[in-house]
Amino acid sequence: MIKRVWLLPWIGLFLSLPAKAAWEVNITPGATAISREVYDLHMIIFWICVAIGVVVFGVMFWSIFHHRKSRGAEARNFHENTAVEILWTLIPFVILIAMAIPATATLIKMYDNTDSDIDIQVTGYQWKWRYQYLGQDIDFFSSLSTPREQINNEAAKGENYLLEVDNPLVLPVGQKVRFLFTAADVIHSWWVPDLAVKKDAIPGFINESWAIPEEPGIYRGQCTELCGRDHGFMPIVVEVKSQADFDLWLADTRNAAQAQAAAASEEWTLEQLMERGEQVYNTSCAACHQATGQGIPGAFPALVGSPMVTTDIDAHINIVLHGKAGTAMQAFGAQLNAVDLAAVITYERNAWGNDTGDSVSPQRITELQQ
Amino acid sequence: MDTTLSVDSTEHGHGPAKGLGRWFFTTNHKDIGTLYLWFSLLMFLTGGCMALMIRAELFQPGLQLVQPEFFNQMTTMHGLIMVFGAVMPAFVGLANWMIPIMVGAPDMALPRMNNWSFWILPFAFSLMLSTLFMEGGGPNFGWTFYAPLSTTYAPPSVTFFIFAVHMMGFSSIMGAINIIATILNMRAPGMTMMKLPLFVWTWLITAFLLIAVMPVLAGVVTMMLMDIHFGTSFFNAAGGGDPVLFQHVFWFFGHPEVYIMILPAFGIVSEIIPTFARKKLFGYASMVYATSSIALLSFLVWAHHMFTVGLPLAGELFFMYATMLIAVPTGVKVFNWVATMFHGSMTFETPMLFALAFVVLFTIGGFSGLMLAIAPADFQYHDTYFVVAHFHYVLVPGAIFSIMAGAYYWLPKWTGHMLNERLGKAHFWLSFIGVNVTFFPMHFLGLAGMPRRIPDYALQFADFNAVASVGAFIFGLSQLLFVYNIISCIRGGERATDQVWEGSHGLEWTLPSPAPYHTFTQPPVIK
Repeated sequence: MIKRVWLLPWIGLFLSLPAKAAWEVNITPGATAISREVYDLHMIIFWICVAIGVVVFGVMFWSIFHHRKSRGAEARNFHENTAVEILWTLIPFVILIAMAIPATATLIKMYDNTDSDIDIQVTGYQWKWRYQYLGQDIDFFSSLSTPREQINNEAAKGENYLLEVDNPLVLPVGQKVRFLFTAADVIHSWWVPDLAVKKDAIPGFINESWAIPEEPGIYRGQCTELCGRDHGFMPIVVEVKSQADFDLWLADTRNAAQAQAAAASEEWTLEQLMERGEQVYNTSCAACHQATGQGIPGAFPALVGSPMVTTDIDAHINIVLHGKAGTAMQAFGAQLNAVDLAAVITYERNAWGNDTGDSVSPQRITELQQ
Repeated sequence: MDTTLSVDSTEHGHGPAKGLGRWFFTTNHKDIGTLYLWFSLLMFLTGGCMALMIRAELFQPGLQLVQPEFFNQMTTMHGLIMVFGAVMPAFVGLANWMIPIMVGAPDMALPRMNNWSFWILPFAFSLMLSTLFMEGGGPNFGWTFYAPLSTTYAPPSVTFFIFAVHMMGFSSIMGAINIIATILNMRAPGMTMMKLPLFVWTWLITAFLLIAVMPVLAGVVTMMLMDIHFGTSFFNAAGGGDPVLFQHVFWFFGHPEVYIMILPAFGIVSEIIPTFARKKLFGYASMVYATSSIALLSFLVWAHHMFTVGLPLAGELFFMYATMLIAVPTGVKVFNWVATMFHGSMTFETPMLFALAFVVLFTIGGFSGLMLAIAPADFQYHDTYFVVAHFHYVLVPGAIFSIMAGAYYWLPKWTGHMLNERLGKAHFWLSFIGVNVTFFPMHFLGLAGMPRRIPDYALQFADFNAVASVGAFIFGLSQLLFVYNIISCIRGGERATDQVWEGSHGLEWTLPSPAPYHTFTQPPVIK
């Protein structure tokens, strides 16, 4: 009886496992015809490897067991056999050819980028994605929406920790979507396992891939090419909607863009700009310059007390709009709207004790951009 | 003349020099071999500590111990140190010690250059490690240092990294020239090429690979240097350059480099298995041909590391087929080892245990390699933990286990003492369990969708990451046992006979244990 008591916590642990554990061991069959073909290829080659392994390791362990000196085994004196050696060169060769045929067929299909219904340009930035629906007048950025407190273990982690974004990529179901990949700074790689699409986004190159999602749903992925500090923090979320919902989303998104443009001509108080600026700063600037504005010495300059943000306003606006060549400082003029730009510049000039009292209006940004 | 007489002769009257000068100015192949081996052990432990830091951070989701920028420096340094500081110098050290006495030569062909090849390394690695303390931190762009992350977007310390890589390249090229010159010119009379021990053969081929590709590495880092400091745009798209060119040049070096780290391992295992199976190696000639074909094919498969960069269809197919083809000669080697065991008379001393684990676990790494060769499936595996699992299976229980097997196998010859078998076996079993607990779950993580080189991960990856971290600490700590075993074997132990192992064959086992400072000053007679 006493002996069994120590087992209880272990039983408890075991029972609690299925509830929260995710011991996922295989790739997803995914949500497209291609992804299922890839899954099948993966399983075929896997079982071929298992079969070869069983035979080779079987003979090996049989020998280890039976041909041990301690069992009185005496070594035989053979060390060559041309027929056997030719045979075990040819058999793997035949297996490989059998494997290459379906792999080639699938690859040819994956490379057929013709006859697309929608074309979307995907641009990798340090550390977010930009989606431009070509000819549809839709253009937005998609960044991680997991709060920093969760990453720093100051708050409980949500269900989709690190796999959630502010603006997901929205696709219609059953349409052939062609993706055009490129990057603005370093190389990134766009991967959504359920679509079996992984393609590098390379500055100066346009890569192509495509998918026909078959079921509405939310599919998540991540950047898979090391792209600097926040490589682990630039997820991809794809929302596949029915055609009707997709059309609705298109209209909403266009309207929202127009509302943003209208907001730029309104008057904004310093407090309003500061409040909005803090949000923009945390999504777009804090990864490098840090939420405290202290930067990272040697890598990313501090903004606290920096002459760039406390003296000449025009120089400050200029570097935010156009970036600084040869550094990680991006041109945010294309990424943020006039209100966000004005707000974040105002925020940087007044936060963390910078207290310049300067306020930059969205109109001023708009003028400078024209 | 009788061989044993000539090796015992000390008529020249010079043994090792006294004091530290012995190690700085030595031109003796055994001393230099020893230096290489100690250096690689030190680097192995350094790189291992970095790996443990990575695994400690990844034990749980969230950022606990280090920030992403330091995490990236750790993954980069861990890779660079293990590849260039641990595995390669260990093989060169074994080559220095064993090749002259395996071919019946008195020393390496170019002893002074040999001294220089080694002594460049401590400076190269001090320089590289010093970048961790520089402003902006050390290299943080992965051991593959893809441009433009490693050029336009790199920390200022990248220049020091480039210079360190140049120095490592000099060292490797000189070492390789020395090995080729020794094998081709210094064999004892009667030691024909097809009588060479397989370790010598695999190293000869490896040395040619080194001479072919180390200059390519030097070229690519020089192009980076030009881009960073002299206004060129080799890899800068904004200046009309091509970031993908970097990857082509890098992997033209990088893939043969992978074989540089495994061919000598094949050689070591091909020495050990026949000894403990008490049976001649099966298919000696086909082993030589298989090694040569692997080396030739290694120049034709580099772009399988780049299936996702947007190669044209014809390119993808070519590199897929060529990569799959490598499975054939690799398979031949594995079948030959198994056939050597078949109907042998096996015992399982520590070196044999490591060699057997090598055969099984390297083959598992080979299987995942074959899966990665299938281009459409590779789109799902590329840059995930599946790849991390794959190359750690071929490098840790592959290259590293073979080095440990070799060290245990030849230690009695080096020190004159048998090692403590109980401790050796304890080291083996802890390492074997540790390695599998660390790296096997990484297959699952990768297939379930976890990208590599990330400091934090989504919650569904938490369980296997915790398991892998526990395994890493088991493996890491058990290496202290390895260090203890080596030191205690140097300091004492049962006296080793000349032959050391019951089934051993070859010139090195005709020498006394420990091997005298000068050996084969008169060439031995080869029957």
